[in-house]
Amino acid sequence: MNAENLKPRDGAEVEQAIQWAVAGGKALELVGHGSKRAIGRAAQWDVTLDLSGFSGVTLYEPEELVLSAKAGTPLAEIEALVAASGQELAFEPMDYGPLLGIAVGAGTIGGVLAANLSGPRRIKAGAARDHFLGVGAVSGRGETFKAGGRVVKNVTGYDLCKLLAGSWGTLAAMTEVTIKTLPRAETEETLLVLNLDDATAGKVMAATMGSFADVSAAAHLPAAVATRVAEITAAPGAVTAFRLEGVAPSIAHRKSVLEKLAAPFGTLGTLGEAPSRALWRAIRDVAPFAADGPAGERYLWRISTAPSRGAEVGRRLVERAQAEIMYDWAGGLIWAALPTSDDAGAPLVRSTVAIVGGHATLIRAPAAVRATVAVFEPEPAALAALTKRVRQGFDPQGVLNPGRMWAGV
Amino acid sequence: MPVAMPPSDDAVLARRAEIVAALKRIVPGEGVIALEHAMRPYESDALTAYRQLPMVVVLPETTEQVAGVLSYCHREGIKVVPRGAGTSLSGGALPLGDGVLLGMAKFNRIREIDFDNRVVVVECGVTNLAISQAVEQAGFYYAPDPSSQIACTIGGNVAENSGGVHCLKYGVTTNNVLGCELVLMTGEIVRLGGRHLDSSGYDLLGIVTGSEGMLGVVTEVTVRILKKPECARAALVGFAASEDAGDCVGRIIGAGIIPGGMEMMERPAIHAAEEFIHAGYPLDVEALLIVELYVARADVDHLLARVQEIARQCRAVTYRVSNSEEERLLFWAGRKAAFPAVGRISPDYYCMDGTIPRAKLPLVLRRTQELSVKYGLRVANVFHAGDGNLHPLILYDANKPGELERAEEFGADILRLCVEVGGVLTGEHGVGVEKRDLMPAMFSEADLNQQQRVKCAFDEKSLLNPGKVFPTLHRCAELGRMHVHAGRVAFPDIPRF
Repeated sequence: MNAENLKPRDGAEVEQAIQWAVAGGKALELVGHGSKRAIGRAAQWDVTLDLSGFSGVTLYEPEELVLSAKAGTPLAEIEALVAASGQELAFEPMDYGPLLGIAVGAGTIGGVLAANLSGPRRIKAGAARDHFLGVGAVSGRGETFKAGGRVVKNVTGYDLCKLLAGSWGTLAAMTEVTIKTLPRAETEETLLVLNLDDATAGKVMAATMGSFADVSAAAHLPAAVATRVAEITAAPGAVTAFRLEGVAPSIAHRKSVLEKLAAPFGTLGTLGEAPSRALWRAIRDVAPFAADGPAGERYLWRISTAPSRGAEVGRRLVERAQAEIMYDWAGGLIWAALPTSDDAGAPLVRSTVAIVGGHATLIRAPAAVRATVAVFEPEPAALAALTKRVRQGFDPQGVLNPGRMWAGV
Repeated sequence: MPVAMPPSDDAVLARRAEIVAALKRIVPGEGVIALEHAMRPYESDALTAYRQLPMVVVLPETTEQVAGVLSYCHREGIKVVPRGAGTSLSGGALPLGDGVLLGMAKFNRIREIDFDNRVVVVECGVTNLAISQAVEQAGFYYAPDPSSQIACTIGGNVAENSGGVHCLKYGVTTNNVLGCELVLMTGEIVRLGGRHLDSSGYDLLGIVTGSEGMLGVVTEVTVRILKKPECARAALVGFAASEDAGDCVGRIIGAGIIPGGMEMMERPAIHAAEEFIHAGYPLDVEALLIVELYVARADVDHLLARVQEIARQCRAVTYRVSNSEEERLLFWAGRKAAFPAVGRISPDYYCMDGTIPRAKLPLVLRRTQELSVKYGLRVANVFHAGDGNLHPLILYDANKPGELERAEEFGADILRLCVEVGGVLTGEHGVGVEKRDLMPAMFSEADLNQQQRVKCAFDEKSLLNPGKVFPTLHRCAELGRMHVHAGRVAFPDIPRF
């Protein structure tokens, strides 16, 4: 916690706080609930700008598939509200609580968007960015602006919501956001394929994604990792899981498509609705690598690559750094837990990503490591310069979370 | 047309011969067009009311040539307008008299089809439909399907963040693009995204998509392809009142059904389409809905039954379900031909593109009728009803003095109405020059300045497609200035709330 803590109550006070920081050359740390505070470069900030006071859903029209809320509204409150109308946030935002060793269920909608969270359904429904319709915010210049709107189809002006999604509070302090909601599936079931090696699992997942099975999630848990998930701990080895959502007859039909496709590769199993939900929550929140589990001391990387290259990433990290690996997004998302080391294995991770394409983010490591190792994927020179100019366009003095994403930005 | 474009740079025009010669050194052969008659096809896009001959047309064939042209123009202070197939309905590719028109049509190769990752890598000049055609044998398609899909290019789709009739379920361009190669105005070449999802840094691909060709020139695009749904069936539902149709749209979505597409037409458009295509549309209804379900075979009957029940509750007077692929396509043929069909009943029409919250549909329809009476011009309404995207077609005759101006004023009033009820000026056609001066109806000066600062980050000299989107041109230096001066600190003490 920084020495000073500012908790504005309205937009005018946010403007005032940021203008004060600009005038005095102060660095502000933006927080909602602070649930993702341990992610990003470890940098020094003078004052905390606490936006959790901006709380409350201001508009929810289920038939319009739209919800507006003040940015500090708890995610849990929003999820409960839309669930009561049979809807959900389709992008399935993960909860970093278990990985970071903090309370489960914390976090604000502003934080969800600032981190561009998603979950296993990312491959079908998109990430937070894809559901972010409109925003009211105060830039690092201390100026209030809005962008987007409350309708899904909108190309009026530049899509600033996309820039704010995943900007980790380095461009603007969001005060109010509008997001898309969608109907929630009536039920779900999961088909398991047992004992596949990583490369074969990758091929089966690719075949599945190109089939009529219409899965809403596809993940692969190698044996050591699978044993740590209660719902599949009885499995004799690795588990590859496919989630089917919809109405029961539809699931049954699509499951038969999936079974036909997967049967030649391994023994099949099924999880009914309740264990299926629990399994995907565990995968979403990367429970096998939870801070209080056997991999809790390890440093954790999140790598996004082309799905067909996932197994190759896993193999390199396992062979060269004794990493533990878990695959989501049909192989395109790799969670890699590496043994502790001063450089967090960054040279190996970065060189691997350079070969396969994509990006890696160091999600969990002590502050001392996150102060010296690049946490976000370093960008080539022209792109890094562009990123810096974009940042300056919102926050020329660098008062909002300076250094959180890259040193000197 | 009374739309002010950036002032012409006489110094640049005076050097025209020298500039043409320099461009010919960068793009050899026939890639530089400087003769007036040969430049004529480029003087407008699909918003033909606006015309302007460019200073010169350049048709590069390689990314290096694009980079060469842009870095030369950057150094020499010459404006550049990029153009795909020229199908913009908002004047996004309207040339500048003192600028280079950069035609990207020669970038027409599909570079790679990657079924393992379900992506296709294409050059920017490949048409939208060609992508789907390239993968249809394997049962895949590219989801966004703007009406101009046989002609429009993927580069233009990225620039405009194009939609289509199926974006209710599958999203628009920004949700279906994974990466691009982008040439900045300085000539620098950057790659955004790839075959993976999301970005570790800022989502620059997200901001480039929909930036109307003002941030950089896209040369290559990586798109996501989807497996075609197992089953597509459409229901054609007629209503005696447009309000009932609007009500039905809301209730279908409220029941948790997200159709692949949900389209609505009002009486004049229904009649025009039926006379043109003979799709079998009922002629004694006020409004017609096409509800198309893209689902697994096991789902279709059960969902169609629910749609029928909802339609009945909403007082539908006719209900028909497609019983064959031919019939389904016929339902669509009428809708897809609605614009040219309206073209047959009126010498000219002006297509609007606002989006509204769906619940406001009855109000907007009523007020549009009132405006129709006020301006003395007929209007035929066609909507992407599922996502509230309206395409009112204002019928006029350009040969009658004053009618075009009246049509434009009528259109502007409709768009202001969209904003007034919580909607937006444009759902998929873009701002361009057409709606540029209406932007203050939706955005404050601070909102627009913040967007322009993004433009400045990409194109500090404002040379790339200037005069589009923003009603007021500001110098980047002016926009970047902070109202904080050394030695005069506005807030010496930490604020206390």
